[in-house]
Amino acid sequence: MTEAVPDATEVVTYPGARPPDRRRTVVSHGVRLAVHEWGDAGAPPVVLVHGGFDFARTFDVFAPMLADAGWRVVAWDQRGHGDSDHAAMYSWEADLRDALAVIDSTTTEPVPVVGHSKGGSLMTQFAASLPHRVKALVNLDGMPHDRPMPDVPDRERTKLLAEELAGWLDFRRSTATRSRRPDTLDGLAKRRAVLNPRLPLDWLRYLVGVGARRDSDGWRWKIDPSLRLGGFGPWRPQWAMARLPSVSAPFLGVLGLQPETLGWGTPPEAVEPWLPPGGRLVVYEDLGHFVHIEDPERIASLTLEFLDAVR
Amino acid sequence: MSATVVLRHNKVELALHRLRDGEGRPLLHLHGLGERSPDRVPEHLEPWPGPVWALDFTGHGESTVPTGGGYYCELLMADVDAALAHLGPSTVYGRGLGAYVALLVAGARPDLVRGAILDDGPGLHGGGPEPSGVFVLPTPLPVTGPPDPYALLELGRDVRPPDYAATYARQAATLSGLDTAVVVVAVARPPWLEAVAGEPGVRVVPRAVCTEPFAAA
Repeated sequence: MTEAVPDATEVVTYPGARPPDRRRTVVSHGVRLAVHEWGDAGAPPVVLVHGGFDFARTFDVFAPMLADAGWRVVAWDQRGHGDSDHAAMYSWEADLRDALAVIDSTTTEPVPVVGHSKGGSLMTQFAASLPHRVKALVNLDGMPHDRPMPDVPDRERTKLLAEELAGWLDFRRSTATRSRRPDTLDGLAKRRAVLNPRLPLDWLRYLVGVGARRDSDGWRWKIDPSLRLGGFGPWRPQWAMARLPSVSAPFLGVLGLQPETLGWGTPPEAVEPWLPPGGRLVVYEDLGHFVHIEDPERIASLTLEFLDAVR
Repeated sequence: MSATVVLRHNKVELALHRLRDGEGRPLLHLHGLGERSPDRVPEHLEPWPGPVWALDFTGHGESTVPTGGGYYCELLMADVDAALAHLGPSTVYGRGLGAYVALLVAGARPDLVRGAILDDGPGLHGGGPEPSGVFVLPTPLPVTGPPDPYALLELGRDVRPPDYAATYARQAATLSGLDTAVVVVAVARPPWLEAVAGEPGVRVVPRAVCTEPFAAA
């Protein structure tokens, strides 16, 4: 199932960014997932899990740093993201099943995992549910907490929620015929910069080169156009936090405190009471939500020091 | 007489069955978890004066069984919205899972749902008010559906907090302009439905006369 990665796909380069050394496909419950690997195939594996609306190759700088330190780094594109299949439906449970399928395909031994944002929260639940499969857990700014509701009257809140629901249903009505808006490579990078204001534009241009495809009418992100940021539903952040103390694997949590649209804005005091025994929380005042992209050296060296202890 | 319209919701084709012709506002029937639309109008819905339609949810009946699961009730709410886009303003009757989805869509489309009737049926409880303690990643039965085993697995576990359900009842009541926006027929009362039954604009009505509050409106 492993195929060589063709050389000529890189249209944009970025200092330190390195395409995966190998790529394979894992079929999870009928959905084909693209799995990317960096480093010696015989080295001990570590699994990286990307966040929502990202893809495995957002690790193109961070992953090689771990690979060069002697790890086999494995990351997959979540269903609908990157080079994986666009599925008919997406859910948290489906992502958890996909995570298990990828880890099953990698090793039957307990494996260290590093998850960012949604990927961190996902793997925290995974580690609390299947402790025999996780050797160590690094959660990069993926610890959602309960934010107080904005102080608006009930009547106004009902109206806001109704508008959100109608907006989502209108969007669902459009999904049968929807495609992503094409743009130039720079145009896509600049649109992404609105959501990622702290990341260098050159990096975002690089991401377009690996995360978008060139159609005859322009560049489009590969992500399924039926996926949409934000949302609503019965889910409560405190349910995610409540799983954290159950984690038995060595735990390292990382928070970037600079506020960002895509982050949860979790303060350290919201995490500290929930840390599992022996768990460690490292806080960066100067970094935003994408800690490993803003400062890959610092986060890689912290991660490697932590992983060395479980090697 | 029966005819089937095929609607599209994202990558899924939905079967919408016309159970009975008629004039006036349609009644839309939503089946329970693992069920499919009935072949004819159920006896307790016979008094409805207008046309009667029934929708097969994703993964059920004659609708597409998609690959790889990923079900949650809000997606089924969008299935119903696709039917409402075809039918226009309708009264929605739901059994079990369909009752919960009828409530959601009544809150989300208060202009299109002219009353929701919540009845007993498979999937009424869901997974309870909060997630179960341990998540065990169960594997569904092999796919032989419909019904899709992933639907049985995932929609049988979905979390239904009472305050979340009550929010939809409140929206239906305040934004639909109806004096009665939701009617509860179900005898079984999981926590979400108990909360809904206590909201203003919600009435408890015997099954035999469940369509009456909306028939004249």
